[in-house]
Amino acid sequence: MKVGVIVFPGSNCDHDAWYAINRNLHGGLHGSAEFIWHQSADLGGVDAVMLPGGFSYGDYLRCGAIARFSPVMAAVKKFAASGGLVLGVCNGFQILVEAGLLPGALLRNENLKFVCREVALRTETSHSPFTSKLSKGQVLHIPVAHGEGRYFADERTLDELEAEDRVAFRYVDNPNGSLRDIAGILNKERNVMGMMPHPERACDSLMGSTEGLAIFQSMLSAVPALTK
Amino acid sequence: MTITPELIAQHQLTQGEYDKIVSLLGREPSYTELGVFSVMWSEHCSYKSSRIHLKKLPTEGKYVVQGPGENAGIIGIGGGWVVAFKIESHNHPSYIEPFQGAATGVGGILRDIFTMGARPIAVMDSLRFGPPVNSPVADRNKHILEGVVSGISHYGNCFGVPTVGGECVFEECYSANPLVNVFALGVCKADEVFFARASGIGNPVIYVGARTGRDGIHGASMASAEFTEESKQKRPNVQVGDPFLEKLLLEACVEAMKTGAIVAIQDMGAAGLTSSSCEMGSRGNVGIDLDLDKVPQRETGMTAYEMLLSESQERMLIVAAKGREEEIFAVFRKWGLEAATVGVVTDDGKLRIRHLGNVVAEIPNRALADEAPKYDRPHNVRPHRRAPLAPPEHIHFPKDLNQALRKLVASPDLCSKRWIWEQYDYQVRTNTIVGPGSDAAVVRVKETDTSIAMSLDGNGRYCYLDPREGAKLAVAECCRNLATTGALPVAATNNLNFGNPERPEIMAQLVEAVEGIAEACAHFETPITGGNVSLYNETLGEGIYPTPVLGIIGVMKTAVPAPVRFPHTDLTLVLLGGLGSTHSLRFGATQYAKVVLNELWGLPPHLDMAYEKRVHEAMREVAERGLAQSAHDLSDGGLAVALSESCTNEIGARVTITPAERVEFTLFGEAPSRILISTWDAAQIEEIALRHDVECLTIGVTITERLQIGDESEMWIDLATSELRQQFENSLPRLFQTPHAQ
Repeated sequence: MKVGVIVFPGSNCDHDAWYAINRNLHGGLHGSAEFIWHQSADLGGVDAVMLPGGFSYGDYLRCGAIARFSPVMAAVKKFAASGGLVLGVCNGFQILVEAGLLPGALLRNENLKFVCREVALRTETSHSPFTSKLSKGQVLHIPVAHGEGRYFADERTLDELEAEDRVAFRYVDNPNGSLRDIAGILNKERNVMGMMPHPERACDSLMGSTEGLAIFQSMLSAVPALTK
Repeated sequence: MTITPELIAQHQLTQGEYDKIVSLLGREPSYTELGVFSVMWSEHCSYKSSRIHLKKLPTEGKYVVQGPGENAGIIGIGGGWVVAFKIESHNHPSYIEPFQGAATGVGGILRDIFTMGARPIAVMDSLRFGPPVNSPVADRNKHILEGVVSGISHYGNCFGVPTVGGECVFEECYSANPLVNVFALGVCKADEVFFARASGIGNPVIYVGARTGRDGIHGASMASAEFTEESKQKRPNVQVGDPFLEKLLLEACVEAMKTGAIVAIQDMGAAGLTSSSCEMGSRGNVGIDLDLDKVPQRETGMTAYEMLLSESQERMLIVAAKGREEEIFAVFRKWGLEAATVGVVTDDGKLRIRHLGNVVAEIPNRALADEAPKYDRPHNVRPHRRAPLAPPEHIHFPKDLNQALRKLVASPDLCSKRWIWEQYDYQVRTNTIVGPGSDAAVVRVKETDTSIAMSLDGNGRYCYLDPREGAKLAVAECCRNLATTGALPVAATNNLNFGNPERPEIMAQLVEAVEGIAEACAHFETPITGGNVSLYNETLGEGIYPTPVLGIIGVMKTAVPAPVRFPHTDLTLVLLGGLGSTHSLRFGATQYAKVVLNELWGLPPHLDMAYEKRVHEAMREVAERGLAQSAHDLSDGGLAVALSESCTNEIGARVTITPAERVEFTLFGEAPSRILISTWDAAQIEEIALRHDVECLTIGVTITERLQIGDESEMWIDLATSELRQQFENSLPRLFQTPHAQ
């Protein structure tokens, strides 16, 4: 599985994602990551795309509001429309929402402060290429690190997400005031997932948790034809 | 413009200093030149009051690649890799404008690191504020703290460097003089270090990064003056930071360095364009010609004086190899940053500034960078202290020791700082093996099998009572923190925060502290590779406690060290180093004296450096052999507080000891050289201790849900661990009115 990690000016979890996929995922035998500069118009034949965390363009406007206009985003949209796997983490989730690939919005945390903390996440569905290696109800310990992670959408959208089994993860102990404790969601076609917690930070026992690996492993098994 | 005595005084230069300028130039300076001298010869830039004493610090050691004199110190960690690290203060700006003051403090030290070619991988902060409770200005103190913490969070998080630790202490003397000392550490390959030494006559001088504006003019001279009622008028002197721009600057610099077209590089910190050009020129023994008309400017109509003294952030000056400018420009274009050739390296050793076709300044680089006045300020008096030596006659020790311990763990100095550090991204770059809330932070260097342990420590109360001993205790504590994680201390950086050096009793504090640091750093083999001096921390004549802050780094093989907290029940508890002893004379500096008695007297704890070092050696062997299930050094608050900090909600301890002195002294005395270890194998630890000639005392076992401390007949402390943790964790959130979310 070749994962393209998009680098926007201000991305700062790009190296972490690269390291997790290249070094922690099955010892590097099955996963490989490469960086894709935000001005690239094509994705160069990757099997999946990851939008990493950070502060794209400084996030001085609304998080992700400028990144969505980056040339690479047109290619990401096309890739997603053709069924390609797209994972957005933290700022990546914010960009996916701004780009209209996922519904809702991410608002400032309820207490108006940045929060970095390991949280417990409950897996809400295993029916997705990002969560197939997890079982429903399984709890993962993965860190969050964000100032604007409060998931918001109107009631109808929230009901729809739930009715269509598109809530991927919920916080066991909500750190930011997200509606219905939502931490991660899927698009209708289930090939695009956004989540605020950072699975790439939970892939190495030295960092205290390896429970984020299951998400990358799920992606890996979703592209078996390309896995050597 | 004629230079009048008033103008000289406004520039905080003395008549003597002015005369020296005239003799160095062989003529009267122009107004612009006067401005340039005033910043370069300010206390902040020239260290004129401290230089002769800083010479006493040990600076060499087998790990040192680069000592003081560059933008940061450099230490070899093996495998062809080095780390660059330094601490710097941003005290004065943080009082005037807490958010931007602290944010630009982080930005400044990060540039010092990556200008050396090292990518920053860790930041720590040493903070001092006025008390958030029981102070006439508690609300303002809280406001300053909130601003500083969000400034650090804003800048560090966006830049993408983890803030992995630090300390935060409260005393009334910091109410109008908060201290914000920021430590940063970066890594790079040993053969890819860059220096700020200009060379190559005819090489172009390139300006990169943010445009120059009028912000921060005379920031350096502001940081060299005491505060008065008018200080708040100086808000425009505080710079505004842009962490996003700094992140781009980092990436662009790292990429441009790989082209091989960079000869020398230096960030524009205090006194911006002036300091970066004259220091690079002076180090390389060359001259630099700058044409200000080519400097990218944010505002129109700026004078040469304003441009030279501007402290606009996120700017760097590069000396490039002639003919290879385009390689550098291409990289900066890619990152959307401005770059412009603004000057050239010359052979006459002078800084020559052109503006609107005229030469507006022409000064030998050495005169600015190296020939600043050096003062041996009078210090042959006793260091300033008002506290009595003898204990107060009638000390009322409250009977209820449970209540005393509750009060201590909830006190602002000792309580959990989670409310602060959860606002920092302490994990980005996925290297943080041990983050905030432990004795030392540990960050791995991915490219090697080595990790760096780091610790910051300073104790103003100790230093107020005895600056020399207090400074030594800070070095000892940092090294003990590192040993607790199993690391070998290898090098240090220091931030000397003091009051007005023109007062002999303050200067005496500084001299005593520097000599104490020198002695201790030599003993613990942690040479000083750089640092910062912040003087004039006084407002309306009231100074701070003398507050030297030490930052010491150690190396260890990459592994997860034993945690602070007890992992199981039924573990044996040992005190490596023994119970220690506390005479009443040495109890007046403790947190118990501060929090429970509201007193300060006597002397700091007694330190035996030889013994302390043996304890560290024993601890490293215990760690190496994996014998510790948990390890935590004893410091502020003593044994009872260390035990409380090691308890979890579920796991506590039963401790039985036989004090040879007042129970309070044994429970809360702060004697150094002690580490609390929980283990399955006390016998092996005793054997190690014996071999290292240090005491090792078995004091109890870990149990469920209670902390109990007593002797054979009596229980002095008996508390539910859940209650202790609640006191410890909820204190800051309650003060800042956000309930703890966990």
